[in-house]
Amino acid sequence: MTIPPSEPFIQKITSRPLSAWVRILAWGGLLLLLAILAFGLVRTQQGPVSVGQTAPHFTITTFESQQIRMTDLKGKVIVVNFWASWCKPCESEAADLEAAWRYYQPGGDVVFLGVDYVDTEPEARGYLNKFDITYPNGPDLGTRISQAYRMRGVPETYIISPSGILAVQKIGPFASLAEIKAAIDPLLSP
Amino acid sequence: MNDKCRINPINPHGKSIIQGMAALYLALVMACLSSVSSFAQQASPSTITDDQVNAVAKQLYCPVCENTPLDVCPTQACAQWRDLIRLKLSEGWTSQQIKTYFVQQYGDRVLAAPPARGLNLLVYIIPPVTILAGAFILFRALRAWKQPAEVAASYNMLIPQDFAQPSSTEQAASAANAVPSQDRYLARLEEELRKSDQ
Repeated sequence: MTIPPSEPFIQKITSRPLSAWVRILAWGGLLLLLAILAFGLVRTQQGPVSVGQTAPHFTITTFESQQIRMTDLKGKVIVVNFWASWCKPCESEAADLEAAWRYYQPGGDVVFLGVDYVDTEPEARGYLNKFDITYPNGPDLGTRISQAYRMRGVPETYIISPSGILAVQKIGPFASLAEIKAAIDPLLSP
Repeated sequence: MNDKCRINPINPHGKSIIQGMAALYLALVMACLSSVSSFAQQASPSTITDDQVNAVAKQLYCPVCENTPLDVCPTQACAQWRDLIRLKLSEGWTSQQIKTYFVQQYGDRVLAAPPARGLNLLVYIIPPVTILAGAFILFRALRAWKQPAEVAASYNMLIPQDFAQPSSTEQAASAANAVPSQDRYLARLEEELRKSDQ
């Protein structure tokens, strides 16, 4: 005469649950992966650096092999212009930017920096010669500077106040020299 | 004395001088040939074919356009980069050197396959781990489906000591109710199912 096996006994021989460590590792790995995905998605949804935020610092080596650190320019108004030789809208503001640079250069309070975005050097030099641009320009190696500013395209211009805060953000080309002056003049000390 | 062993008293080293001059001449000829071949490696950009350029360009992506390989990208910027590849090939650069140069200039995103370092390693680790985990889960599920049938089949062959030893009262009750064990189990199962349906 046999007594039927108890239910726990049946469960015991039909399935062996995973150990606690395996389950913890599996869930932990899944949560970590979701966190990384969320971080990446949030980052891609972020727009460019906003006005009022501290401007990201960078160092650029110009086409003349001069190294310029943004931290060395503290106390001055810095105009950072992203451009490319293959960018047609960039050409529409190139002359105005050079004119503005020549206007402010004697005062020494304003510095213009041109950042060449994903370009080739021969074409970039040709562009600079074409518009007789004399302010410092250099390539954005590894796109580090454009990534720091979370730039989306060219042309974009960021004007940084003497205290290092982003004061003006211009997406697209400036329409005129007057527009550039109107953006810079309020930042200059009276 | 054997004549063949006699040394020429007038030019005792004649044969060796001639041999030396011949070796020197041969060395000069070889040096000239190698220099000519090295100059030939630095071909002009016009001798580099489009296929050679595209073989490198298809391993790179346009830094500006979304998900567009460099060999098919129609923009002016891409044409400039293909010209740059052509120039580097004409200078004797290898495909790997050109790719490294593009990464230095434009970042990792120009590569068709992300470099295996940093967070990019996840791209290479997660798919095989996911496949293995799925295979493991499937294996366990199949085994779980198979085992209840085996349990039912082996139930009749279970030895008495696998079960709890009945008490004396249970022994008396079981002796009094001489119902086959499988029927009792089925009856119990049906009762449990009836309770769950209510």
